[in-house]
Amino acid sequence: MPKVEEIKQRIEAAIPGAKAEVEDWTGGGDHFRATVTAQAFAGRSRIEQHRLVYAVFGAEIGGPIHALSLKTQPPG
Amino acid sequence: MPDTEQNQIHEAIAQAISEHDTILFMKGTPEAPACGFSARTVAALQSLQAPFAAVDVLPDPRIREELSAISQWPTIPQLFVKGELVGGCDIVMEMYESGELAQTLGVDEDDEAGAGEPLGEAAAVAPGLTQIENRLG
Repeated sequence: MPKVEEIKQRIEAAIPGAKAEVEDWTGGGDHFRATVTAQAFAGRSRIEQHRLVYAVFGAEIGGPIHALSLKTQPPG
Repeated sequence: MPDTEQNQIHEAIAQAISEHDTILFMKGTPEAPACGFSARTVAALQSLQAPFAAVDVLPDPRIREELSAISQWPTIPQLFVKGELVGGCDIVMEMYESGELAQTLGVDEDDEAGAGEPLGEAAAVAPGLTQIENRLG
């Protein structure tokens, strides 16, 4: 599934040290769930953590990426 | 030239956020949510029996545009408490499960009184917000 790989790579490229697991939630190619672990999240609120991930995709959220459900956490 | 209607929508949204302790911008209404994420968020609030105002963003795409400009958040639903963005469905559900949501809303989550009772007026769309839709007429 190229889209899932692409999303994973973009997150990991944009957020230092991030590890992302991405799944296509509906199989339809536009509705994803990502679990992201990154040191960059440490000490940040959930909102701030999610904003970091959404910022990677900008205006694509709600467009080609119809939905991106997130679970974020610092490591450990 | 500024789009006055768009400014009015912006103002109405900003005002609603500051006037209501708890306000949820969602797709559809609490009685008839139009998407699964909005439905889950509403269900969490209702199960805590927390009073909240609700705004349906579907009637006009400008509502969502102006909301995202204010909150710097791209998705719907969006829950605001005391003027601050708490989060979307993912965050609200995490907080609901951890007990943080009850704390943030100032409700006692152990209060079983009237569990399952409809919230009635408490969950109604706040009167001021229908003005957003009226102006778009």
